[in-house]
Parts: sequence; structure tokens; C-alpha cells
Amino acid sequence: MTSSIIRIAARITKCRPITACSRHHQYSTEKKARYYTKKHEWVAVNGDIGTVGISQYAQEALGEVVFVQLPDVGKQVSAGEECGALESVKAASEIFSPISGTVTEKNDKAESTPSLINKSCYEDGWLFRLKLAGTEELKKLMDQTAYDKYLQESH
Amino acid sequence: MCSQSLTRVLFTKQSNLKWCINTINNRLYSDKSVKPKKTPLYDLHEKYGGKVVDFAGFLLPVQYSDMSVSTSHLFTRSSASIFDVSHMLQTNVYGKDCVSWFESICPVDLKGMANGSSSLTVFLNNNGGIIDDLIVTKVKEDQLYIVSNAGRMEIDKQHMQETSETYKKSGKDLTVEFLDVSQRALIAVQGPKAVTSLQPLTNIPLADLIFMTSTIGKVAGIECRVTRCGYTGEDGVEISIPADKAITVTEALLQNSDVKLAGLGARDSLRLEAGLCLYGNDIDETITPVEASLTWLIAKRRRGEANFPGADIIMRQIKEGVDKRRVGIRIEKGAPARKDAVLKNEGKDIGKVTSGCPSPSLGGNVAMGYVAEQFKKSGTELFVNIRGKDVRCVVAKMPFVPSRYYIKK
Repeated sequence: MTSSIIRIAARITKCRPITACSRHHQYSTEKKARYYTKKHEWVAVNGDIGTVGISQYAQEALGEVVFVQLPDVGKQVSAGEECGALESVKAASEIFSPISGTVTEKNDKAESTPSLINKSCYEDGWLFRLKLAGTEELKKLMDQTAYDKYLQESH
Repeated sequence: MCSQSLTRVLFTKQSNLKWCINTINNRLYSDKSVKPKKTPLYDLHEKYGGKVVDFAGFLLPVQYSDMSVSTSHLFTRSSASIFDVSHMLQTNVYGKDCVSWFESICPVDLKGMANGSSSLTVFLNNNGGIIDDLIVTKVKEDQLYIVSNAGRMEIDKQHMQETSETYKKSGKDLTVEFLDVSQRALIAVQGPKAVTSLQPLTNIPLADLIFMTSTIGKVAGIECRVTRCGYTGEDGVEISIPADKAITVTEALLQNSDVKLAGLGARDSLRLEAGLCLYGNDIDETITPVEASLTWLIAKRRRGEANFPGADIIMRQIKEGVDKRRVGIRIEKGAPARKDAVLKNEGKDIGKVTSGCPSPSLGGNVAMGYVAEQFKKSGTELFVNIRGKDVRCVVAKMPFVPSRYYIKK
């Protein structure tokens, strides 16, 4: 544990300010449209599977994530339900699911290397996937344009 | 519970990024109707990319853009960091009766202290509860210098004012002077390279300035008060600087690459690893020094005299024991316990965490909290409830990270 924290810290030192990068990746969600909550979680939908993460704004605000608690596979969550937490040295933040469904996968890499969430909040640092109960709830979320506007207006 | 939604923790409508240091009580955040004050180093925080928040009514950086909190924390432990602590209340007390007045409100043996020496002490209420913790320096027989908490500024001022007025009415010679943040800055330079970085800039022979002593001298050409103390467990000093020269002095120190600025985030995790209390979290008006495992603050001479506020209660507690005690708590794996997490033994609630965070120096998590007396022994295995899950933890000795104060042997 000691060494891993130090390793994380060392890596963070070297890393440049994080920007939403568009590297291609096997699990890339970059090209999928993301829908955002007011609490700065996002969901990207592919068929009936939604991938959930936190926004660039949220990861910057939270700071270096050092511990991740994600919902277990098989857990049913409703939109807005608390289903996990992110911890940085200075703060704890709960994760609220942007949409209802059943968890099909969690990002083990993000759990074992929490700094992934800071480095790549839209790609490698996704949090969990769920089989959507429906797509109706997406209408209540913000698309990129609406979210950008929300950030500008409210923060 | 301490964990909150991203929105609540990190953002408010009217601001830029709003940060929450979870282990720092919300109470310390100022009344939002009052505009937060800038410290004399505000422009420097902007210049170096400080992420500034309203903390106890002052605009202060949580961290700087070049380093994460844990990187800054580790940098302090291996090199040196400067913290802007100008928000803290600096007070000068003058007059030939200042020592006896101060002893009437604190359990410290100020009479027995040498001129130029400092001590941690507490303002006590009549129940022996802690009004605030502070550092007092006996400049000389008729002059004191006090540094107390920003979050308790108004209460401390009132307490010092009222008690000194009463004292003066009985014909005593005493003047209390509060230094405003617009007049006086305070920086803490902390870490193993703090003193080596400072020495070339000052005429004070720092080899002679041992832990908890204080003197006046030139720093970067400016007359300052330098006290060998801090809130990180490391060697270091606090430098009280005239407000208009604060940036000059700080910039001079920053010319050395061994020294970097650090914010409130690292300050909190460093003090936790050092086992040092945060007022409002770990101690408050309902807690006595005995319960807070700070019995050593009740000086031997003062125990004999038993004439400090709450002495009857505190002396009884020293003799007969207390129901709960502040202890260190180590969680090797998993999530950190934060303020208000419940501590359990065999399914029963036996205490509560008062502050906690991941430990950048040790890995895992550190915390402190209060447990029922029978569980205070280090090595006692307990559980702590974090978001509904009982997580294994163990009572541990503090400081978690060995202190490196400059003590002459």
C-alpha cells in the first residue's frame, strides 16, 4: 500500500494538466455521446449498455483520487441512487448513478489504480457499466452542449 | 456522514471551484454573508496557481496547480513547504501582569518558562472544556505573543478581552493587542530542509533556535519574529512578517528549489499523520484536555495550584480517569474513515472518528477519534463503519509518522 500511494504520487507529478484527450482505445467512449447529471456524472450508451464516469470538471475539483468504491456486478440501481464513492486525500464524494439499470461490469483498473480517473475520466477511468432499464431517463440528462452551458452558468 | 455528493462537496452555485476539506469541519467555513478576507499573500497564491477557497473567512489555497495534495505532502516530508497561515489570530500582550493573567485562563506554567520560549496550551472554560488551542510565547516577563485559530478568532478575542478587562479592573497592568491580517502575515516553513533554506536569508543562528523557542531577527532584510514550531511533525519555523513585506520574504524563500508552496490540503494530512489536533474536529468546548489525551498540557506546577478554569473537573479526571479518550486509528486497507464515522466493537458503538484521511507517507489510512476508555490501548482491534460497511481498524500510537522536531539532547 505504501509503495502504491507513492507510485501514484510520483506519476501524478509527472503528468501534465489533464485535458479530455481523444486517443483511440478499445473501450473508448469518446465517440459516443455522453449525457451528464448536474452532479457531474456522465453516461454513454451503446445499445442497452450504459458506461458511467465522472466529468473532467468533477475530477479536477475532486483532486487526486486515491480510493474508489464501485457498485458490485448484479446490483440494481435507480437514477440518482448512491452507488459508490471516490476518495481523495482531502475529500470523500459519493457516486450517484445517472440512470437506472443493473450493473454488468465495474472498472477493476480504476479500483486498483484510482489515478486513472484523474488521467482519463472519459476513457480508461470509467467507473461501471450497467444494463439500462430503459432509455427514457436519458432525456432528463444534459447533452454536451447543455452541460457546457450549465458549467458556465453555475460555476 | 462526511461523504457527500460531488455537487455538495465540491460545488456551489455562486462560485468557481469550491473545495471541501472533509476533515475540516464545515463550521470553520465562514458565514457566507461576510466577504472573505484576503491574506497579505493572496497575490502570491494567484501567481502560483493556488486553488483558493473561503476557509474560516479567509481566501486560502487548498493546493497549487503544480502538485497534488499527496505530492505536496510528501514534498514537505522530504524537502520543505511554505504554508500561508496568516489567517491565524496573532496577539501581543504587554504589561507586568500579563503572565499572571494568562495563567488565569490557561493551565500552562508560564512563570516557569524562560524568556523566548513557547508552549502549546489551551484556553479552558469552567467545565475544563477547550475553548481553543494555541501557542503562547513568553517574549519576556511583561510581553507575550499568542497564535490561535482563525476559526475561533471572534471567540478568542472576546475571551481575551473580557478576562483581561476584569483583570485590569483589579488594578493590574495589562494591554491586549490583536494584530489584524491587514497588518501582519504568518507563514510556516516546514520540512527537513526548512531551516537549511532559511539560514542563508537570516541573521538568526538557527542552530541555537531549538524547538519551541522564538526570537526576532532579519529574514530577507525584513524584521520578523521566527518561532521554531509547526503543525506538520517536521522541523521548521513559523515566521511572523509585516503584511507589506510578506510577499518579499516568501518569494526570497521560494528562490530555493528545496522550497515550494503548499496549501490547506497537505496541511491537514500532515497534521493528522503527526497526531496533532484540529480544533472543531478533534477538540472542542465539550472535551477536556484529559479526554483529548492532552493531559501533559496541565503543567505540574499548575496541578498543584489547581487554579485554572475547570481545575476541579480536570484534576478529578486525572485522578479517577475519564469515560472516553482520543486515540489514533489505523486502517491498513480500503476507504478512509472520515469525521463522524462510528467505531464499533462486537457490534456495539464504542466511539466516533473525529478526523481521518488517506496517509500519503504510510499508505492506507490514518484517523483519530474518541473511544470508550477500555478500548484506548494501542493494538486494540475495532471496526469502523464507512458508508454502511464495517471495516477493520486498529488503535494506534500517535504520531503515526515519527516527529522530527529540533530538540537539543
